[in-house]
Amino acid sequence: MAAIRTKPDPQIYTFPGFGTDKYPNLMLRGAGDLDNWHLKVYEQRHEGYVAMKAALKLEPVAVVEEMKASGIRGRGGAGFPCGLKWSFMPKDTPERKFTRYLVCNGDEGEPGTFKDRAILEYNPHQLIEGMIIGGWAMQCKLGFVYIRGEFLWLIEKLEAALQQARDAGYLGKNIMGTGWDYDILVYRGAGAYICGEETALLNSLEGRRGEPRVKPPFPAAKGAFGQPTTVNNVETLAAVPPILRMGGAEYAKLGTPKNTGTRIFGVSGHVKRPGLFELPLGTPMDFVVNELAGGSSTGRKIKAIIPGGASAPMFDEKDFDCPLDFDTVKARGSMAGSGGLICMDEDTCMVQATLRLIRFYAHESCGQCTPCREGCNWMEMVLYRIEHGQGRMEDLDLLASLTPRIGLRTLCPLGDAACGPMDSALQKFRHEFEHHITHKTCYATGSRLLSTVGAH
Amino acid sequence: MNHPLPPDTANEPMAPGLRLPESERKEFSPEALAEIQAIMAKFPDKLAATLPALHIAQREFGFVSLSAMKAVAKAIGIPEGHVFGVATFYTMYQKAPVGKFHFSVCTNISCALRGAAQLLEKVCEKTGVKPGQGPSADGLWSVEEVECLAGCGSGPCVQVNHDVYDEFVDEQKLIEVMEACKRGDYRPWAK
Repeated sequence: MAAIRTKPDPQIYTFPGFGTDKYPNLMLRGAGDLDNWHLKVYEQRHEGYVAMKAALKLEPVAVVEEMKASGIRGRGGAGFPCGLKWSFMPKDTPERKFTRYLVCNGDEGEPGTFKDRAILEYNPHQLIEGMIIGGWAMQCKLGFVYIRGEFLWLIEKLEAALQQARDAGYLGKNIMGTGWDYDILVYRGAGAYICGEETALLNSLEGRRGEPRVKPPFPAAKGAFGQPTTVNNVETLAAVPPILRMGGAEYAKLGTPKNTGTRIFGVSGHVKRPGLFELPLGTPMDFVVNELAGGSSTGRKIKAIIPGGASAPMFDEKDFDCPLDFDTVKARGSMAGSGGLICMDEDTCMVQATLRLIRFYAHESCGQCTPCREGCNWMEMVLYRIEHGQGRMEDLDLLASLTPRIGLRTLCPLGDAACGPMDSALQKFRHEFEHHITHKTCYATGSRLLSTVGAH
Repeated sequence: MNHPLPPDTANEPMAPGLRLPESERKEFSPEALAEIQAIMAKFPDKLAATLPALHIAQREFGFVSLSAMKAVAKAIGIPEGHVFGVATFYTMYQKAPVGKFHFSVCTNISCALRGAAQLLEKVCEKTGVKPGQGPSADGLWSVEEVECLAGCGSGPCVQVNHDVYDEFVDEQKLIEVMEACKRGDYRPWAK
């Protein structure tokens, strides 16, 4: 076993008032404590495995009911109610026995999102505990944790933590005398953003190219290795032990009625204190950016914020007061996505920023569906032309005509994700694009976002 | 807008795999084979061992060459074409030799807002190689421009080989990282 990471990371995880009743610390417990991957430390300091022991005494259905009562919605991006998802798994009947799997999605690749990394770094046992509870609730045979390949040190850490759990009898045969066998396997990805999509992840887990599957059949009917499967985000599964500890009804009091609980918001870009902040859903965006993250780091006003990872349409100034929950953000024309806030100041050239984002989607498109594979490339080329002073006014209409031909015309949401930033930038910062075309130079004077030596 | 001409492939082999650089090594070591066997036994289907086996191949061969892909197919007992398809789909499998210290520089939006483009240029200047151009003359350095590394809050960030990220990297920090490489503070790329 390789040495476990000891280098502290410079990230900010806390703020005044964190850990009180108003801002409870549920998922970032142990953040900053590099010893927390030891089972003993987790059990002594953070009520470790208390929820698991309680859950194993309950009927599996009762655990699912508790999750439903908590109202927690998936933290990966789509915001689908987790308890409902768990209840979709087929139950054993006298005629038919199922082999069920639970998959944890740790393929954190969304630009602006860096929360799963913190959970794996500082709280791996809470994820394992959540996966054991989930496995019990759905009576799974195996759990898989799919982690992106770059996180090699985190994979080693999780493997070590899993071994401790096995030694303690929390995994393996006949867990805690219940007669239920369960184990968790770690799978290392190999650098494909598309594998964050659940069916692409399942293909990758089976050792294939990470291309999304046609739905239906949904994973709950036919998922990993052809068996019923539930895919949950790292953050969702890490929220399971606190829910069971405090009770679903109590958890539902956090946040807003239809958007319960806390989630980890990652703030990055032009802010003084970029970092991860665990907050109840519905916290206003300007409070997070100005109070917790310290406001603009450059002294200039913040011009645009992407509220939910790169795939979410941008917000301009008039929406900065938006409460960060799934429904309100959606009603205002964006999406809460994975909770990564990317802040851009006044001097950021939006043409460059959009080109950088679209280049990402053009690069990461798996190539299966033509609208996304070709469309993202065309958007990149047209934007490249505008950025390099060779744009024409009709290019803006061309860009606007491309997005409706990509969005909702692909198997997975990657095509839609590329349209979000494109459409919102054109809508809200059209004058910058026009300035680029007429003056052949940037409207804003900030530093370059695109490197001149890139492979592109 | 420049429209690049398609590469001249008249004198190159027809099969795309044969255009890839070849590695010196052709076979897995017995320990690696045992490791792959253990992975195959753990998962419900042996096909699932494809990705882990390619990671092992990259460690053993230095990069994923055509021989490495063939060795993986043979070790698992699956078609070579499947392994080729998987190896060329994922970007973390290097299909050409890389330096002893492989720098992955994230240039995505969050890092770019904090100077990743300038950092990438600095890395290229200091190491003397450009992204995707193979290792430097002394075989020490290679550079790759990668998409988001999930270090957005502490960007710009750089990953050396597959080690823990270096965060908030500026010119001073970059020099320190390169010194640390020479001292051997980072885990090696391959055996």
